[in-house]
Amino acid sequence: MFLINCPYCGERDQSEFSAGGEAHIVRPKQPTELSDDQWAEYLFMRKNIKGVQFERWNHSHGCRKWFNMVRDTSNDKIHAIYKMGEKPPIK
Amino acid sequence: MSRNLRITNNKFIDQTSRISFKFDGKTLYGFKGDTLASALLANDIHLIGRSFKYHRPRGIMTCGSEEPNAIVQAGNDASMTEPNTRATEIELYEGLEASSQNCWPSVNFDIGAINNFFSPLIPAAFYYKTFMWPANFWKLYEYFIRKSAGLGKSPTQPDKDIYDHRYLHCDVLVVGGGISGIIAAKTAAKNNLNTVLIDDKNNLGGTTIFQQNECFKINNSYSNEWLKKEIETLNSIKNLTIKTRTTLAAYHSYNYLLARENLTDHLDLNERKDKIRQRLWKIRAKKVIIATGAMERPLIFNNNDRPGVILSYSIKKYIDYFGVKCGQKISLFTNNDSAYETAISLSNSGVSVNSVVDIRDRTNSLIVQQAEKLGIKIHWKSAVVNTNGYKKITSIEIMKLSDDDTTVVGKKIKQECDCLGISGGWTPRVHLFTQSGGKLKFRDEDNVFLPDKSELDQISIGSCNGDFELDSVVKNSVISTNKFLKVNNNDYENLKINSSNEINKKNIWLLPSNKPLGKTKPFLDFQNDSTANDVKLALREGFKSIEHVKRYTTTGMATDQGKLSNMHALGIIAETADVKMGELGTTTFRPPYTPLTFGAIVGRNVGEFFDITRRTPMHDWHAKHNAEFENVGQWKRAWYYPIENESIHEAVQRESKAARDSAGILDASTLGKIDIQGSDASEFLNRVYTNAWSKLEIGKCRYGLMLNEDGMVYDDGVTTRLGENHYIMTTTTGGAANVLGKLEDYLQTEWPELDVYLTSVTDHYATVSICGPNSKKIISKVIPDLNLSDKEFPHMSFRNALIDNIKCRVMRISFTGEHSYEINIQSSYGKSLWEKCFEAGKEFDITPYGTETMHLLRAEKGFIIAGQDTDGTMTPVDLQMDWIISKKKYDFIGKRSLYRSDTIRDDRKQLVGLLTDDPNVVLEEGAQIVLETKKQPIEMLGHVTSSYFSPNLNKSIALAVVKNGKKLKGQKMFVPMKNKTINVTITDTVFLDKENKRLNA
Repeated sequence: MFLINCPYCGERDQSEFSAGGEAHIVRPKQPTELSDDQWAEYLFMRKNIKGVQFERWNHSHGCRKWFNMVRDTSNDKIHAIYKMGEKPPIK
Repeated sequence: MSRNLRITNNKFIDQTSRISFKFDGKTLYGFKGDTLASALLANDIHLIGRSFKYHRPRGIMTCGSEEPNAIVQAGNDASMTEPNTRATEIELYEGLEASSQNCWPSVNFDIGAINNFFSPLIPAAFYYKTFMWPANFWKLYEYFIRKSAGLGKSPTQPDKDIYDHRYLHCDVLVVGGGISGIIAAKTAAKNNLNTVLIDDKNNLGGTTIFQQNECFKINNSYSNEWLKKEIETLNSIKNLTIKTRTTLAAYHSYNYLLARENLTDHLDLNERKDKIRQRLWKIRAKKVIIATGAMERPLIFNNNDRPGVILSYSIKKYIDYFGVKCGQKISLFTNNDSAYETAISLSNSGVSVNSVVDIRDRTNSLIVQQAEKLGIKIHWKSAVVNTNGYKKITSIEIMKLSDDDTTVVGKKIKQECDCLGISGGWTPRVHLFTQSGGKLKFRDEDNVFLPDKSELDQISIGSCNGDFELDSVVKNSVISTNKFLKVNNNDYENLKINSSNEINKKNIWLLPSNKPLGKTKPFLDFQNDSTANDVKLALREGFKSIEHVKRYTTTGMATDQGKLSNMHALGIIAETADVKMGELGTTTFRPPYTPLTFGAIVGRNVGEFFDITRRTPMHDWHAKHNAEFENVGQWKRAWYYPIENESIHEAVQRESKAARDSAGILDASTLGKIDIQGSDASEFLNRVYTNAWSKLEIGKCRYGLMLNEDGMVYDDGVTTRLGENHYIMTTTTGGAANVLGKLEDYLQTEWPELDVYLTSVTDHYATVSICGPNSKKIISKVIPDLNLSDKEFPHMSFRNALIDNIKCRVMRISFTGEHSYEINIQSSYGKSLWEKCFEAGKEFDITPYGTETMHLLRAEKGFIIAGQDTDGTMTPVDLQMDWIISKKKYDFIGKRSLYRSDTIRDDRKQLVGLLTDDPNVVLEEGAQIVLETKKQPIEMLGHVTSSYFSPNLNKSIALAVVKNGKKLKGQKMFVPMKNKTINVTITDTVFLDKENKRLNA
């Protein structure tokens, strides 16, 4: 059970949060101009890394804000948390 | 007889307070402080149960949580009885009733024991291999296997006990109250760290607290006396909380731990009333110190499972702590020094020790010298090759080991005994460390897995970290704790420690025997009855991975998770397969460390607290009017209102007819309501709904369909424009929270530039829906000031109104196809508005109707219910709702997916109407639809999604999804049921009032 430092509320128990999948997948601005393959790439393809992964999280039982998290899936270590729209502090 | 087995002058047992208890129906006595195991041993009862597979007699083997054999059914009350509890952990209380498990008719005469004679025929995976075929015989096999398998019996009545959960936050959590844990806890607390010390026993002190031996001294006191003084000082330390009878069950990441505290299990039954039985602590610790100690290992040799074969150090605890002799003539069998401590304790208490059989060559550590001084006979470089006796051990057979230790040689010596203590060395309790994600390393010198790397702020100290000698335990615990806590506690700086240190180490995983392997029973996993032979068989059959061998032989898969036997299984596999143990790795230890009760897991979340129940403001009215309720998500919705003895069918037929003939009233308060405001509100709706919103006039309502990005229908509802930048959206009852979440997600992450604010107002408004040809007359009575003419207040529009000076919103919208109004009012007025409408409607026989009638009425009109007629695979095109997809809008959620190669296929399942050829036959929802009934396999073309008998049309109607259904109108098809095949015809989805005349009736 993680301890997550919500960028708006501070440190809270994981039970207040929900995970929202891979981060930094931008919805295409002009979907109509994409081929089926390109659209499918956006729609379906997600990474499932053993190691450092960029994820979206939502403080669903708190401030309801979405934010990004850099987490190592092999040991659950959270390397960074940053707001939506911000650049990842680490690569 | 029992008197002989109890020694007096014992510090831990209160021999003045006698306790009576029952075991297998027989009344026995013990003392306050006893465990069930120690009390049974004091009564000379060794035979506790029968083994799982072969029904061999089994007795108490340990004194702690790792006990594999002495598992009993505790309590005989149908609601309180607890199966599979370890006799070694049950504290004796007045009135305890315990009984043996897995035996019939009794533990002394067990029919199932016949399995033991057939045991050569029941090797590993016997059941897997034997009951494979014929396949349809499985039902028969299963009956017998289930009857003969299993351990205790579960309670048949609801649990009457109270359990609860609490959170605990601390700077330092110390797990284990042995000598290391006490040193660590004291160090932490004295340095102003908020510290919690937990231990699963009722007393602190671990094994040191009963170690009174010349060889082990601290500052010239016996180690137990020194530790006792340390424990006495703990009470005066601030910042230190001590919890005994508390078992650490699970250690998760981020130092989140679960511990179960037993609060009443040790009390007499009459003292427990209204008290909380167990509490689950949810602990978040900044730092964790694991000091869980080590477990003694058994030795693996022929017939090592007889009652009376007990781990050597447990014998020591029974004599030194409980004052109980495990036998009168005790033999010991060991590969290490600790059995000599037992021999000395026994000898000092006047129990005769036959001899110590040691597989090692002669060694002369201090403790061995002391034993020799006491005249204890030692068989060096020898092994026990067999034990005799059935319900209890009567003798052992000893032979010399060959020079290379691979076989036994010389003459067999038979030695009479009534108890055999065995010691195969020590296994650090690394369970919690590995649960927390820590990685282990292997130490070859004494074959132990030790904590290595961890990502968490934690350390292991004492014997769970591989220190087995008193001096190294104390010294290293002090050093490690100071370093870990970054403090400098000098309380323990100049301790003078005397310790007998082991010089000679030796280990043989599977001891050699004078008999061939197939003829012996060297048990590895006592609880699951798997032997070394089973493991070897698995390897011969080609299993290589330890995880596979474990599952195939079930070694380590019993309720004790193989605490005692895993190391030997690994050792034997490594030896046989010629791999290094360190490379083989271990199986995964999973939480809980010892089984938890379901009560502790659920805590207070039982009965009405299991889940939140949401009730509308009108709930009491519905209940008073005999409503049956339906669960929709967390909501209780009125389902139908039976009058007198009406069945659901009769009530729904009556309600449906009344709603169309005169007037019906429905509580629609549960529909999700989202208030949308902001200068980009219209643009936002354009993006989330398939249809266009910019041109919707203020005061108008529009139905909207919401898709997922994959083009599938997600939710639907009517949204009303209240002002230039203000909308109110309704969602389905069950979908409200998810829709809000999804909208927030897009707003925050994809379109942060939009000026839009969302607020859930579902609970803020109560909604009364009135439909039917007389609805207009009723509304005009309730709100006389409102102009209800079709011109002033047409269908799909909204007006603000006042009812008794209370503001409300009136929408003229319809889910039934009737002339219909929905009044939204502040929740607190919901019930009085409902009553007012009902009163006004009385002259028109207004009929309250529930969700079932609502579903029927909308089906007559072919309106979908998202989640019933859709299932996450239906696009709006599949629903034949092409009209709701805006052609002009550049983009909306899911638009691009509507022309993916998959979504434009012709043979997708599409929504159609379905009429049965016999209008009285009502189809079953979920029934399959086919075209061809003769040729097998029959191709499933679709299924029924909604089906009712319509009283207004006087026939059965149904909605269904059928492959290529759009083009099949008029097609005859079949619905094959168990006893008959129903003939159906595909039709339009609208069954009633295709011209929508009733909306303005």
